[in-house]
Amino acid sequence: MKYMLLITSTDGGAECSTSFEDWQVFDKAVQDAGIMVSAHSLADFTTATTVRVNDAGEPTITDGPFAESREVLGGYYVIDVPDLDAALHWATRCPGARGAGAVVVRPVADF
Amino acid sequence: MDEQPTDGSVTLSVAAAFREERGRLLAALVHRFGDLDLAEDAAAEAIEAALARWPVDGVPSRPGAWLMTTARRRAVDRLRRDRTYADRLALLAVESQRAGPAPAADAGGDDLPDERLQLFFTCAHPALAADDRVALTLRCLAGLTTPEVARAFLVPTATMAKRIVRAKNKIRTARIPFRVPGRDELPQRLPGVLQVVYSVFTEGYSASSGPQLQRLDLAEEALRLGRILRRLLPAEREVAGLLALMLLTHARRDARTGADGELVLLHEQDRHRWDRDMIDEGCALVPVALTGGPPGPYGVQAAIAALHDEAPDVTSTDWPQIVALYDVLMAITPSPVVAVNQAVAVAMRDGPAAGLARLDALAGEPLLRDYGPYAVARAELLARLGRYAEAATAYRRAIELAGTEPERTHLRRRLRALESPRHHHPL
Repeated sequence: MKYMLLITSTDGGAECSTSFEDWQVFDKAVQDAGIMVSAHSLADFTTATTVRVNDAGEPTITDGPFAESREVLGGYYVIDVPDLDAALHWATRCPGARGAGAVVVRPVADF
Repeated sequence: MDEQPTDGSVTLSVAAAFREERGRLLAALVHRFGDLDLAEDAAAEAIEAALARWPVDGVPSRPGAWLMTTARRRAVDRLRRDRTYADRLALLAVESQRAGPAPAADAGGDDLPDERLQLFFTCAHPALAADDRVALTLRCLAGLTTPEVARAFLVPTATMAKRIVRAKNKIRTARIPFRVPGRDELPQRLPGVLQVVYSVFTEGYSASSGPQLQRLDLAEEALRLGRILRRLLPAEREVAGLLALMLLTHARRDARTGADGELVLLHEQDRHRWDRDMIDEGCALVPVALTGGPPGPYGVQAAIAALHDEAPDVTSTDWPQIVALYDVLMAITPSPVVAVNQAVAVAMRDGPAAGLARLDALAGEPLLRDYGPYAVARAELLARLGRYAEAATAYRRAIELAGTEPERTHLRRRLRALESPRHHHPL
């Protein structure tokens, strides 16, 4: 079963409490466990651009969104594990869960 | 099936006798099929079949096995009929080959393996909302129907049904597993299960709202769940502690309300109306809960309850020991509520002024601002110190905060006694 670990931060994306090495260790552990489906870290949220398309099919492009929403998505992992307990176990180990961060675990819909 | 009018009380009592059996059956089916909805339907159909057949054919020699065989057959039929379950059936065929022979019947002579512990941990999973955990546990393990759970919590059946559907949907979609946590996870997960059982109990013991002070059936359900857990986890000291605490509290149920249903406080209760057998059973569990490691919060609270229950009256109660136990409790689970209880014990040991000083030191606690028992404790101690005007203010605040009518009646009586100048007496 696939779960997405959405790594969010409440302090605008800065990950002060975790080091690059912490992430390397976690990433290697996920790889070694053979559960990795995909993972990406996102560039700073100030580089975000939003696209909307209206009923006439015309796109609007805007800068942002910025940190009005208190939790900013900083990256994600998709892992393939047997059940929620296993997914929660990996979320607990994720450096993004520490400090001002949080990891939201969502099952990937199966169509 | 429980809602259907049946042909008289005989059938109903048979149905009641099935309530514990239903939990075991359900747990065994969930273990086998990994699907709560399917297990519930199959269990209901098997019990229905038993209610129809047993009065005619006689009760089979191994009733549990009969129910399980019948339910399993119904479940497999449904899996074959229902296309959405087709994949699952294929998966099960693989898993059943891997699983090997069914576990042997346990020493108690039961003919149905007891898988209820798995179900306890699933129903109390931290990924579920706290209210949903309680509702699911009552439904799956206490065998209450959805309307019964709804009545117990004074919410409309539709609201409760929605809550249960939502919880079951999360179990299925997010794949919350049916498993007992490993040794290393148990310390983290067991408190959640105990919390569910204890919140069923406290809701039954001191209804948070409504006309009646006590809702006995919920407390009885919690005791039943506590006893099941104690059988399933005999080595867990906090399970013994929780059961002891519930027994030692429930033992006072008859003395806790007066003739008109009004609240009677511990120091005014007729201790002859306490349930001696239940006290004995609870007291026997306290040493189990407190031996062999650092004490847990339920064990310590049980020890406090035991000191109350064993004392012939308030004055001969071992207050120094109770204050000391509250110190232990504060060290394990510090909370303003525990501090209020300790302040009351200090007042009994060292006099009302010492207790009031402790209470006043807690005045800034946001958690206590709307906490009725805090206002009550202050009112009582102020009255005992002769500070009647302040006591009256505290009683008025307590009346505002009281959740049930018997509590309000009791507090209004206190307030009236205080305000009539001829009746100034220590409370």
